[in-house]
Amino acid sequence: MTALTPDTLLIQALNGLASASSLFLVAAGLSIIFGVTRVVNFAHGSLYMLGAYIGWSLTRHLASFGAFGFWGGVFGAALLVGIIGVLIEMLILRRLRRAPELYPLLATFGVVLIVQDVTLAVWGPEDLLGPRAPGLTGFVTIFASRFPVYELFLIAVGPLLLTALWLLFRRTRFGLLVRAATQDREMVAALGVDERRLFSSVFFLGAALAGLGGALQLPREAVNLNMDVSVVVEAFVVVVVGGLGSLFGAYIAAVLVGIIQAFGILFLPKVTLVLIFLVMGVVLAVRPYGLFGRVAASERQRSPAGDRVLRPLSVTARVLFGFTILVIASMPLFAGDYAIGLIAELLILAVFAASLHFLMGLGGMASFGHAAFFGIGAYGAALALKVLQWPMAACLLAAPFAAALAGLLAGWLCVRLSGVYLAMLSLAVAQIAWAASFQWVEVTGGDNGLLGVWPAASVASRGAFLLLTLVVTVATLAALRVAAFSPFGYAFRAARDAPRRAEASGIDVRATQWAGFVIAAGFAGIAGGLYAFAKGSVFPTYLAIDKSVDGLIMVLLGGIGSLTGPIVGAFAFGGLEAELMASVAFWRAILGFVILALVLVAPSGIMGLFGTWFRKARNPALPA
Amino acid sequence: MIEKVLEAEGLVKRFQGVEAVRGVNLSVAAGEAVALIGPNGAGKTTCFNMIGGQLKPDAGCARLEGADVTGMTPRRLWRRGVGRTFQITAAFASMTVRENVQLALNAKAGRVGRVFGRMSAAFRAEADAVLDRVGMRFEADRPCAILAYGDLKRIELAIALAGSPKLLLMDEPTAGMAPGERVQLMALAASLAKRDGIAVLFTEHDMDVVFAHADRIIVLDRGSVLAEGPPDKIKADPIVRAVYLGAGLASGTVR
Amino acid sequence: MTILDRRSFVAGATSFAAIGSPAVLRADDAIKIGEVNSYTAQPAFLKPYRQGWELAQEKVNAAGGVKGRKIETVFRDDGGKPEDAVRYAGDLLDAEKVDVLAGGFLSNIGLALADVANQRKRLYLASEPLSDALVWGKGNRYTFRLRPSTYMQAAMLVEEAAKLPAKRWALVAPNYEYGQSANKWFKDLLKKAKPDVEFVAEQYPALGKIDAGATIQALEAGKPDAIFNVTFGGDLTNFVRQGTTRGLFEGRSVVSMLTGEPEYVDPLGAEAPVGWIVTGYPYGDLNTPEHVAFRDAYKSKYNEMPKLGSVVGYETVNSIADALSKAGSTDNEKLMSTLEGLKRMSVFGPIEFRAIDHQSTMGAFVGKIALKNGLGVMSDWSYRDGAKYLPPDSEVKILRPAG
Repeated sequence: MTALTPDTLLIQALNGLASASSLFLVAAGLSIIFGVTRVVNFAHGSLYMLGAYIGWSLTRHLASFGAFGFWGGVFGAALLVGIIGVLIEMLILRRLRRAPELYPLLATFGVVLIVQDVTLAVWGPEDLLGPRAPGLTGFVTIFASRFPVYELFLIAVGPLLLTALWLLFRRTRFGLLVRAATQDREMVAALGVDERRLFSSVFFLGAALAGLGGALQLPREAVNLNMDVSVVVEAFVVVVVGGLGSLFGAYIAAVLVGIIQAFGILFLPKVTLVLIFLVMGVVLAVRPYGLFGRVAASERQRSPAGDRVLRPLSVTARVLFGFTILVIASMPLFAGDYAIGLIAELLILAVFAASLHFLMGLGGMASFGHAAFFGIGAYGAALALKVLQWPMAACLLAAPFAAALAGLLAGWLCVRLSGVYLAMLSLAVAQIAWAASFQWVEVTGGDNGLLGVWPAASVASRGAFLLLTLVVTVATLAALRVAAFSPFGYAFRAARDAPRRAEASGIDVRATQWAGFVIAAGFAGIAGGLYAFAKGSVFPTYLAIDKSVDGLIMVLLGGIGSLTGPIVGAFAFGGLEAELMASVAFWRAILGFVILALVLVAPSGIMGLFGTWFRKARNPALPA
Repeated sequence: MIEKVLEAEGLVKRFQGVEAVRGVNLSVAAGEAVALIGPNGAGKTTCFNMIGGQLKPDAGCARLEGADVTGMTPRRLWRRGVGRTFQITAAFASMTVRENVQLALNAKAGRVGRVFGRMSAAFRAEADAVLDRVGMRFEADRPCAILAYGDLKRIELAIALAGSPKLLLMDEPTAGMAPGERVQLMALAASLAKRDGIAVLFTEHDMDVVFAHADRIIVLDRGSVLAEGPPDKIKADPIVRAVYLGAGLASGTVR
Repeated sequence: MTILDRRSFVAGATSFAAIGSPAVLRADDAIKIGEVNSYTAQPAFLKPYRQGWELAQEKVNAAGGVKGRKIETVFRDDGGKPEDAVRYAGDLLDAEKVDVLAGGFLSNIGLALADVANQRKRLYLASEPLSDALVWGKGNRYTFRLRPSTYMQAAMLVEEAAKLPAKRWALVAPNYEYGQSANKWFKDLLKKAKPDVEFVAEQYPALGKIDAGATIQALEAGKPDAIFNVTFGGDLTNFVRQGTTRGLFEGRSVVSMLTGEPEYVDPLGAEAPVGWIVTGYPYGDLNTPEHVAFRDAYKSKYNEMPKLGSVVGYETVNSIADALSKAGSTDNEKLMSTLEGLKRMSVFGPIEFRAIDHQSTMGAFVGKIALKNGLGVMSDWSYRDGAKYLPPDSEVKILRPAG
């Protein structure tokens, strides 16, 4: 039906190149920041969005100056965003240099939340249409089709920027330091370079590039409040597909993604939801370090958990846990239905967080897509109920099996990688699962979800459901504890601590990690199954990035070095979010500030802070 | 002739067309400590990794007690009695000293797939016995992460010994240690090897260590064996002195 | 407003805080409405919605409330997530003890709330969600809807589309249930009205992430005579700007859903796509006495023109208030039987909540986009009474298994 003439193909390729340039601007900054500081800057999309909004304001104010005003506004926006980037580095990230890996990510997530509300407060809720670029408003005719001049300009921006950065990195001392730091961080420190200045200037450069990227969208896209998160995920994909630390790789990846996306639209319009993640999945499956990435040199693998020794619960902790369980179990006697429902929900989140902690805390495999298994568990339970008409207990059992089965597949792909590559591949897998739940309408009900997944009559009351949840939660958390202290749990940690050593001591590292992945997936599935019944419905949002990020925040906030951490984190984050959302309009900003404050005060999580207090108060060998 | 634990014949490894190791033969007998030395880039580590299973040779073979083990994974080699330590010391940092050894013992017993039962309850006495052998019994409850480097080396040795190896591969066992500690560690390894009849193959930069503890020395240069023999003979060998010892790497040098 | 202007920052912050704050007019035996919506996720529509809501509530209370009782509303933000909407529905019913539930913007959240209502046997008046499933496929006896559904709006536009000479149609819709069912109804109904049409290209960009250039080229490749558009918000803005530059709309008719709503056409400013046939809301030119009274009250309270969201919020409250006073009780069963068949006057004209499927007959305006003072407005518009754009009762009975 669609006539594929050569001009259609050519124009589509040009469209792909134009998108590629936009993407590259953001990805380049992200790549440079990650390369030098190893910070996974989740707020990079926020900087991009700020660039667009600030650019919108500046260009409007400077509109009377014509072309000068427009470009002045665009570069002014880049400059201001660069300064904002420096502030983020100086005020927040600099203080987290010693924190375990991924804690800076948690801090940047706080920044994301704050920027979302500040942007809403300053610029209002409506989409803003920026000015067109003076002198570039027209179009050229290619064969019979029109192509905007501005898009042609953007196509040129990508390679120009790549060249400029190449010159900067090859011809200046700053560039030399950036390259050195990207390859070997310890070396730069040894060279006696002022790391703080280097980091600040890198953040300025990276943030300014993001701001420029945002401002350059003004002539082609409406500025809106959702620009931040969608772009940061895509930019990460580009950085990873290109290979961490390779700017050239990032550009090639951006082109690849842009072109495939443009042609995907032509041939399979509905696949655009996940195309970018399919590309990443395939690339990482074939080339585990991206297109131009090198095998991580001799970098000492810092375990995200730090090197905390796991110890059994102390008597105090046992008493505290027992008391908490008793209080929750007696809630139906004194608490209202809403409070009971909320606690049940938080218990479920604690199981989810604990399952992720098992994977990343013990196994050292940070996942950005753990919600996939939570969601698959939820769908598994819901489908068992709705389609197979199983009783509720059987549905709750089906959930972990469905999730573990998915984990078996995903784990096989993921455990071959490590670090950020593994995290991103897990994200790709999760996004593909999410898209399936979204698009496979016949089975999953699409975005409208599956409804009527209500608990059986015997546990239909809030109180009864709470008790059921409590029993499952306690059993689950206890099982995870047992597993952590079992020979397998130690082997799992050994595979994280020193994989070569483990392998040379008779531990099959990959099989162990794979098994750990499956266990973590299964436990997330238990949480998902319970959640389906708690909510009475299942939606694709259960598998979405937001949920995975929520899990990550709970684990980090609670403290990754302790098995109790994720439970505390789930209650702290889940409870805070639910209460803030119910009571204040600008809940995102407040939540963001709370996260920032917690990260700065307790850079190894709440339990890390408690641990420090304990140790200070008593002797050094106290339970984690 | 004494029974050889390890025999390697004609080992070849190429990296992008360049021959890093070109036909190396070597053997180690039970209770014998053999040092593999040579200047940087001589092919020591490559050779070592081919024997240890980290690299697959392009040609040649390795035999363990007469059985062909060429290209076996480190895990299968370990099961056949090959223990090793690494140049960059790697112990399990999130565990105590005893747990490190217990884990190795659990692995030996094929128990690491178990998700029930406390790991730390199994093989406690056995682990302490191994720790005794390396003199770390009194550090058993300390977390590995806070150990001094020299102690970490001993732990690694204990982990390797926990597998009751027939062959012990030690890659730069004393790298990064204070000179006094070096001789001590290698003396410990050599005496254990002698006592239990373990064959030891090690690479080493510190010539004091090498000459003090090796029964036999193999000198590699540009991928080939340059000389082989007991320490006295190697010390006196003019060719070795020319390419290697004369190059200022005589004593106490750390890479 | 710029970021450098501190006063406007504060003003913006406080005004949003005012509409976003959960503060309620506490009055002892007030009738409580629980309202759940995606305030932070969809602020462009829901800010005017909230303002319209509060205007209506003020008006009802100023007139003595309902049978002497004031009405008050407890608002909750679901952040765009159905699972959170479910939690707050529970919060409102259990902790806040509200008498009825209302709200919802996204279809899936509307459906989730409807399911909670069904489970808890409480009345839920869905104000905005357009999904047909809400009253048909997944309809239940506790759920009612105010706004004209996807089907109704598609039917209104098909009426106009069938008059066009165009035979080859290209379709573009956001990739989720609303977009898909809008396209489906449009195709079904147009094919019925005009059997010789063909559909030469269909595009489903991800919501909020349209790749406008590539999407337009893909539509262009089908060489259509006319285009049916369902995108809205930021996707629409990008689609229009790129489509205009690339000449996609030249010599082609475009029929477009929701584009005449000020929420979506205002951001386009002078670049509004003149000549598009749209559903929407001609707030400036609708001069019926009911609407003028509403518009004047809204303008004097908020110092801006109402948007469609304002009308939806306003009429949701009024519908609940009318039902309450007619039922004379907050008993949900009584309220439901009152709502079934309730006829009342809205600012758009008379509406009825149909007993057969709980859908109100509130209609929409169909007209053409024109430019006036640098803004897109609707011209040549007329009101389409929703009652005329619903399938015959026999079909509705099949579509709605719940009865």
